[in-house]
Amino acid sequence: MKRSILRAAVLAFLIAFPALLPAWRTQMSYLVIMIVFSLTWDLLGGQMGYNSFGNVLFFGIGMYVCAVVQRDAHFSYPATLALGIAAGAAAAVAVAAILGSGILGLRGHYFAIGTLGLGIAAGELAAGWDFVGGGGGMVPPQYPGALGGRETFFYYLAAALAVATFFTLRWLYGGRFGLAVNAIRDDEDKAEAMGLWTTRYKTAAWCVSAFFLGIGGAIVGNVSGFIDPRETAFAGSTYGVWMVLMAILGGKGTLWGPVLGAVIFHITKELFWTYLLDWQQVALGFLIVVIVIFFPVGILGWAREKWPEKFGHRVEEAKPAEASG
Amino acid sequence: MTPILEVTRVRKTFGGVVANRDVSLSVPEGKIYGLIGPNGSGKTTLFSSIVGTHPIDSGSIKFRGEEVSRLRVPQIARLGLLRTFQQTRIYGKMTCVQNLLISVPPAALSWRSMLARPSAAETKKAEDLLQFVGLHAKRHLRAGDLSFGQQKLLELAMALMSEPRMLLLDEPTAGINPTLINDLIDRLRRINAELGITLLVIEHNMRVVMGLAQYIYCLAHGELLAEGEPAAVKSDKRVIEAYLGAH
Repeated sequence: MKRSILRAAVLAFLIAFPALLPAWRTQMSYLVIMIVFSLTWDLLGGQMGYNSFGNVLFFGIGMYVCAVVQRDAHFSYPATLALGIAAGAAAAVAVAAILGSGILGLRGHYFAIGTLGLGIAAGELAAGWDFVGGGGGMVPPQYPGALGGRETFFYYLAAALAVATFFTLRWLYGGRFGLAVNAIRDDEDKAEAMGLWTTRYKTAAWCVSAFFLGIGGAIVGNVSGFIDPRETAFAGSTYGVWMVLMAILGGKGTLWGPVLGAVIFHITKELFWTYLLDWQQVALGFLIVVIVIFFPVGILGWAREKWPEKFGHRVEEAKPAEASG
Repeated sequence: MTPILEVTRVRKTFGGVVANRDVSLSVPEGKIYGLIGPNGSGKTTLFSSIVGTHPIDSGSIKFRGEEVSRLRVPQIARLGLLRTFQQTRIYGKMTCVQNLLISVPPAALSWRSMLARPSAAETKKAEDLLQFVGLHAKRHLRAGDLSFGQQKLLELAMALMSEPRMLLLDEPTAGINPTLINDLIDRLRRINAELGITLLVIEHNMRVVMGLAQYIYCLAHGELLAEGEPAAVKSDKRVIEAYLGAH
């Protein structure tokens, strides 16, 4: 009951936001995209125990594929955008499925290292490929609507994506999929010994992650209005690292944790950029160290350890009448 | 009676160490068999070979007439041959009920079921099995917070949840409170009698294995040393010597 009120309040806030604070629409678009980053990273890193440092690859693929479709397909603006987003998501999922069957065979730290190079390599490839503008990047086509309409339009797209990501993951975690990825996290060898199709679940999880990241990339390309291969699309040293930190800060392996982590992190980061100019990178580095040292299990992870009953972990009196075999 | 598990001249070496040397044994369907032997005699290695954890060097392992020695662990598990571990393996951060709900029979793990929710029948079965092993009150606790003995019972319940045809139990009573051991033996008998699950049990507690198993194989130094009815094995001079270290 309390949760449904909270959800309704969050939804109402997201819908009313452009009217309430029109000057902050673009800023807010980035914030909801951060939530998508954090949630999709947590699907593997938190729920499945596979720390990926290469998820930004799918984001960049979605961004470039969408921009190329928008540039080369000559339909109306909304039609090419829709086609671009769909193509971006499809391309990201396809790459995740192909890479996943190989890289997801690696375990633990080996997987983390294996993914580390993905984003960097993709950034270098894009920077050297003239078809997508090379190092000069790409500019998505002009939004045809009224002045200022672009910000509102893409804000709503980004917010809808974040909400869709949240509810899709919530639904997945509530069923066998969630149980299976949690089992893989806790003891993959045991999961195999129990006959689980672990590779199938791992690849599917990465594809879900890539799907939402691909759409996110397609949207952000249009929000920013300019695509730089290393700074916007395959931004491993910013987005790629932040998505990990936000999930850890909020609480790995929880549903609300990544959301909370993304909001806190993004606001803090923007405050640094505003008030600590020239020192913002230092402050951010300091924040990262603080997060890792003081919140190793994140805000919600800490709360769960402190009040396990609130999270449903409690001993229940056995009912003798229920005796059965 | 037809053997459900037939191990023929299995050999497994790790570098220069021969862990299993031409071990042959067979377990008929519906029975409880015991596997004993001093520490380091190759019992757990044999279990690992049977369920496909590592490839065997030579020999044959047949489960229900099908050669399984070249299959991988999950494939063998899906045929209905499961093991439990000496050092228990459970999903520590998940609750006991969740541990069971993901241990459903292989038929319930198909492509289509990936997005399924646990059914009411599955939840009921999970709760009944937790009741059966005496963990019902703790069903919403995280499995990692249970004691070692309780984790062992949970692992047993997980195995039962997946409705195997045969279970290989690696020291099921180790770490269990001695006052609960008789209870556990009784439960293992019921699993065998009521659910028709064939059991092969590694056990160090002689009182347990002699009372539980209908037939016993004894390994020493990787080789099959003796086999027979519990009474015969118990009084076998070679077995006694192996345990006392005179071998």
